[in-house]
Amino acid sequence: MMEGLDDGPDFLSEEDRGLKAINVNLQSDAALQVDISDALSERDKVKFTVHTKSSLPNFKQNEFSVVRQHEEFIWLHDSFVENEDYAGYIIPPAPPRPDFDASREKLQKLGEGEGSMTKEEFTKMKQELEAEYLAIFKKTVAMHEVFLCRVAAHPILRRDLNFHVFLEYNQDLSVRGKNKKEKLEDFFKNMVKSADGVIVSGVKDVDDFFEHERTFLLEYHNRVKDASAKSDRMTRSHKSAADDYNRIGSSLYALGTQDSTDICKFFLKVSELFDKTRKIEARVSADEDLKLSDLLKYYLRESQAAKDLLYRRSRSLVDYENANKALDKARAKNKDVLQAETSQQLCCQKFEKISESAKQELIDFKTRRVAAFRKNLVELAELELKHAKGNLQLLQNCLAVLNGDT
Amino acid sequence: MAAEREPPPLGDGKPTDFEDLEDGEDLFTSTVSTLESSPSSPEPASLPAEDISANSNGPKPTEVVLDDDREDLFAEATEEVSLDSPEREPILSSEPSPAVTPVTPTTLIAPRIESKSMSAPVIFDRSREEIEEEANGDIFDIEIGVSDPEKVGDGMNAYMAYRVTTKTSLSMFSKSEFSVKRRFSDFLGLHSKLASKYLHVGYIVPPAPEKSIVGMTKVKVGKEDSSSTEFVEKRRAALERYLQRTVKHPTLLQDPDLRQFLESSELPRAVNTQALSGAGILRMVNKAADAVNKMTIKMNESDAWFEEKQQQFENLDQQLRELHVSVEALVCHRKELSANTAAFAKSAAMLGNSEDHTALSRALSQLAEVEEKIDQLHQEQAFADFYMFSELLSDYIRLIAAVKGVFDHRMKCWQKWEDAQITLLKKREAEAKMMVANKPDKIQQAKNEIREWEAKVQQGERDFEQISKTIRKEVGRFEKERVKDFKTVIIKYLESLVQTQQQLIKYWEAFLPEAKAIA
Repeated sequence: MMEGLDDGPDFLSEEDRGLKAINVNLQSDAALQVDISDALSERDKVKFTVHTKSSLPNFKQNEFSVVRQHEEFIWLHDSFVENEDYAGYIIPPAPPRPDFDASREKLQKLGEGEGSMTKEEFTKMKQELEAEYLAIFKKTVAMHEVFLCRVAAHPILRRDLNFHVFLEYNQDLSVRGKNKKEKLEDFFKNMVKSADGVIVSGVKDVDDFFEHERTFLLEYHNRVKDASAKSDRMTRSHKSAADDYNRIGSSLYALGTQDSTDICKFFLKVSELFDKTRKIEARVSADEDLKLSDLLKYYLRESQAAKDLLYRRSRSLVDYENANKALDKARAKNKDVLQAETSQQLCCQKFEKISESAKQELIDFKTRRVAAFRKNLVELAELELKHAKGNLQLLQNCLAVLNGDT
Repeated sequence: MAAEREPPPLGDGKPTDFEDLEDGEDLFTSTVSTLESSPSSPEPASLPAEDISANSNGPKPTEVVLDDDREDLFAEATEEVSLDSPEREPILSSEPSPAVTPVTPTTLIAPRIESKSMSAPVIFDRSREEIEEEANGDIFDIEIGVSDPEKVGDGMNAYMAYRVTTKTSLSMFSKSEFSVKRRFSDFLGLHSKLASKYLHVGYIVPPAPEKSIVGMTKVKVGKEDSSSTEFVEKRRAALERYLQRTVKHPTLLQDPDLRQFLESSELPRAVNTQALSGAGILRMVNKAADAVNKMTIKMNESDAWFEEKQQQFENLDQQLRELHVSVEALVCHRKELSANTAAFAKSAAMLGNSEDHTALSRALSQLAEVEEKIDQLHQEQAFADFYMFSELLSDYIRLIAAVKGVFDHRMKCWQKWEDAQITLLKKREAEAKMMVANKPDKIQQAKNEIREWEAKVQQGERDFEQISKTIRKEVGRFEKERVKDFKTVIIKYLESLVQTQQQLIKYWEAFLPEAKAIA
């Protein structure tokens, strides 16, 4: 299969590689810099080489690398989520699982159908599918990298012990993927959480800021979900159309080489045009995917993380209110007052802590979001223009030649 | 004397009138040589290629020296017009004969069309070749449009009537611009008449558009949705292309049935075109019988040209079908892309609405607008994909079927000749037997039969030669048309792609500052 992140067919140029660019305000300072310097794709897993450069005293060395797999990233993410201390922060969303199944299937089918097509067709399709595979590969690397960079940029999370272990410990973390029982537990936990979320969200918030944020995030999240799905479908159609150009080019080539009249030169030229224009159309589809679909997908996950934060805050608010009620009751009965008092105080502290950091987190979220959208929309427009101009040039050149010949 | 315009001697349009070619052929040769000596076009290279190669059995004048003595040429031509040359019938020319008007070299440089008609040999006989020559010269002078589909009647008896408009300067038509109303079965009727007259002698008659029971039923039932409007538009365009191809054929253009179709306001209803009519069923039976016969005829091909051509057309057919499949997939995907882009545009607008950062909200709304415009663009491109590229291919796939049909007719013709020869042999054997048995009256009968069959053999041979010759010519013309057609349409199609890209550039250029304005 494909090994190594070679910069051979430069399907994704350097500028695109950095999905970390989606989050602009990353204080990538000397204190802690993380990136994924290499990745290897084996049978059914991907091995990422996480490379760290740090001047922090916590680490034994200034620069080091470890190899990590996707499950270890998930473990790290979950440890953040489960950590009560981080309840007041937007936990950077976990990277999606690397999914090469579709691509692998296609390559396999191609291998099986090798006998039924011409050598040129086969090579063409093989190149296409390999490029696709490479693109998916680069994307998954970028998404894992973004996650790490977000953590490294967060003033609190970057100090997390698990994070340091993740970065430094050069043995296998022995984090096995969740087994069936645990997955089932997760499923129920989620169900409970969403049910609870509904109940909790019914509680109106006194604070205007949070009330507004809640309404906003709810609607925003749903619409981003819809936009992301539609954008996906759009880019896929675009790709299908580009693939058709490929087949048309091949058919025209066959016509051109076998025609007995003087039209064969014509056909060959048009076939060439379709081949070239197809590459551009494929690029358009890939760029739209990267700048639009991926952007929306990422903010789908981020907005979910922000919603989770709000939920945690609401939850702690409810707990606080319940603790208040319990305290009143205890005072009335004059029983376990101290216990109730401490409990109430804890809840109050927790709630206030969350509220404070949540406010800042949500403001940061907005800033990040606006900046990311701006960057990506500008880049999208610029790329679309670049490709349209390239396409136009191709077409006009071809027409000039064809008109000159006839 | 000369430049008198006579209606073509095509009384009932039977091709057999053109059968006696001997004179015509010679005549053409001589007119060609006249052309060589008195070229009348300022465009040497193109001229002979255009006019002469249509009649490929004529000698091909390769070099035509034109630069010098233009004035002289015309003087010469003028002379020829006034001469009443013995071997030639009175001169007939399609337009006010340019030879008569005093022309200076500058006028010769005038539009190509003019030069073409001027170049038509000034002296002809009314033979088939010369008519074709003439028609070739006028080929740009007839324009057919099919428009204004109108639903007539109601329920299952309803039908669509189309307006057929003809614009022409050909003098065979009584007016220069006229239009009639025709329905689909009229077109099928026209084709069936032309096919029955010309196919079996080797002419490639352009096939009519296909019937579609599903499509028509929807229209009849009155479903006013986009798929039925699309169906009607598809059919209208196909009918237009069909007529345009038919009139381009010089021989078919002369056919009175065609003229009647284009001109007369009332046309007898063609009932034999209905699929389930008696004629329809007969057609199906014949088709099946033909298919069986084709398999059993084993022809001794003496002419490698035919074998080669048949193979070429087979290959071409296959490749066109493959290409057609790919283009249809493109049309489908582009329509999908258009729909998905529209859905995304709406979604982006909603997202823009819920975004609480003003500048970003505005930018997202702008993005939604851009995508909406782009979806329109994709839709238009999909139409271009279909009407230009895809329909061209399906037209040619059907045309090639007609070409193959013509080759099959030739085979049948050969079979007939072969059969006649075999029968003749049998009759001769019978006669020999009679001689031995000495039965005088039977011998006479045998001799009569032998004479009859000898004539049939001769006729069969002539027919076969004729159809072979016609096919050669037709294939040559067809190939030329094909090349021209493909080039024109594909270039037009590429131009549509150019337009799309130009629009895309405009839209994104308008959006870019909006995106940059997000603060």
